[in-house]
Amino acid sequence: MLKKMGVPLGVLVILLWCLLPVAWIISLSFKSEQSITSGNPGFFPSAGTGAGWDNYRAVWENDQFRRAIVNSIGISLIATLLSVIVATLAAYAIARLEFKGKRLVLSLALAIAMFPVVSLVGPLFDMWRAFGIYDTWPGLIIPYMSFTLPLAIWTLSAFFREIPWEMEQAAQVDGATSWQAFRKVIVPLAAPGVFTAAILTFFFAWNDFVFGISLTSTEAARPIPASLAFFVGPDPFNRPASLLAAAAVIATIPIIVIVLIFQRKIVAGLTSGAVKG
Amino acid sequence: MTTSVVQTATPPSGRTPARSSDRSRAENRLGQKLVAPAIILMLIVTAFPMLRAIWLSVYDYSLTAPDDRSFTGVDNYVTALTDPLFWQTTGVTVLYMVVTVGIELVIGFIFAMVMHRVIFARGVVRTSILIPYGIITVVSGFAWQFAFSAQNGFVNGWLPFIGADFNWFGETPSAVIAICISEIWKTTPFMSLLLLAGLAQVSEDMIEAAKVDGATWWQRLWKVIIPNMRSAIMVAVLFRALDAYRIFDNIFVMTNGAQQTESISFLTYRQTIEQFQLGLGSALSVLLFLSVLLIAYLIIKVFRVDLAAARQEG
Repeated sequence: MLKKMGVPLGVLVILLWCLLPVAWIISLSFKSEQSITSGNPGFFPSAGTGAGWDNYRAVWENDQFRRAIVNSIGISLIATLLSVIVATLAAYAIARLEFKGKRLVLSLALAIAMFPVVSLVGPLFDMWRAFGIYDTWPGLIIPYMSFTLPLAIWTLSAFFREIPWEMEQAAQVDGATSWQAFRKVIVPLAAPGVFTAAILTFFFAWNDFVFGISLTSTEAARPIPASLAFFVGPDPFNRPASLLAAAAVIATIPIIVIVLIFQRKIVAGLTSGAVKG
Repeated sequence: MTTSVVQTATPPSGRTPARSSDRSRAENRLGQKLVAPAIILMLIVTAFPMLRAIWLSVYDYSLTAPDDRSFTGVDNYVTALTDPLFWQTTGVTVLYMVVTVGIELVIGFIFAMVMHRVIFARGVVRTSILIPYGIITVVSGFAWQFAFSAQNGFVNGWLPFIGADFNWFGETPSAVIAICISEIWKTTPFMSLLLLAGLAQVSEDMIEAAKVDGATWWQRLWKVIIPNMRSAIMVAVLFRALDAYRIFDNIFVMTNGAQQTESISFLTYRQTIEQFQLGLGSALSVLLFLSVLLIAYLIIKVFRVDLAAARQEG
């Protein structure tokens, strides 16, 4: 009896847990700015305090925020693309080749996945200014690549180990050229893994805050999370809550779209390799 | 670009049991060439700055007076380690780590059990659990800060034993609770997905056999399921603990370090980036790095985490 009720109840709790704060920030983004300043407690906008789409319009007309969106999309996509290419090479070697230093690569990746990011920003701040890439796109793309490589390499090598590589030779025996064998046999098998790694990498780059605030100083490269935190000035207790909420909702839309489309792949990526025992 | 490189890599990779030494040497070279870019990139951003931090940490060096740099030996470390603020922030950071990881482990495990058993609405559950995972931490911090706000939030109204004008960010314990809740909300999905992978490893036959032998649900959980997914649990704890020890975003957004909610990462950031004390900040960076190493070592030793299993987890 308990077992029959347990799972649906659990599902309900999970949905509530995951979606309540999201619903809250959406609700907040529709409260009017005046009502926020005078105090407007409660989950939903109370009567007469709704703002319609005003907050969204205000955010969209804010140049600083628009720049931040462009920065975030550009930086995250470039970092993802480059990181996945580099990780694919490394993961292929780890999954398929015998070479000295393989364990070293994996240990290094593990160590970097656990590295305290903040302990690097001081020296990086100094170095990037010396190299002239402080407050530029490459100044963020490079650290994002380094910190997403471990996850990408692990995910990809777990996927690559599962690929039946003999099929490529089988296709060649059947008369396919090596390009055809690669294109028609290996690429379709490897694509889901590459794709998963790309999504996880993108999430990391999109979410990053520490590098975003330390290695940028103007809107030339400042990404969304940093821009959100600086949206308002110094006082953390007196923010234009509803404007921020609207900006936060806009910043979350790409994530929700990706999750909705690729939910299955992301779960596979996070649990890859472990399932086979 | 990916395609062409992988293709050139294909010929020497066939696995034949008897390999000529020429061939294995070529394979060795190719393997090292393929991992070289990844290694170089990872080292540029970690090893090199870390060495620089060690070097800077023995100088009295401030960006506000860059010409006054002078060698001071271990003075910066002495300053940091004798300052009560350092120990207080370390204590708070450990508190964040223990509380969030402990609670996440319990909630994450329940979520994983539900996700493992659920048949209908599987897609809906997975989609919604991935939303906190993918959401920007800063956004989560804002959402919860506003939720706890006495002026504009809903938490005070919903909790029966708390006054409508209670200021959560006015004192240390309640501010720490608010920060922990945001952190827990955001990272529980990651924990539960790693645990879900572990649950999938436990053989159903074994659970069924225990059931036939008359084990209760509770006994099956503790004697069969949990021991069999031990390595997955330990890996999840290791990852999350080290992640929680680096807590920064939520504190920055929710309290900006006020009410003694500052973590060790936040203190380091403030010294280097906001106050331009590169010397002292670097010493703190080194100490932060060493403490992460120490925690990783302790968790691996105390719980005997199998890192070979960790490698599988991705």
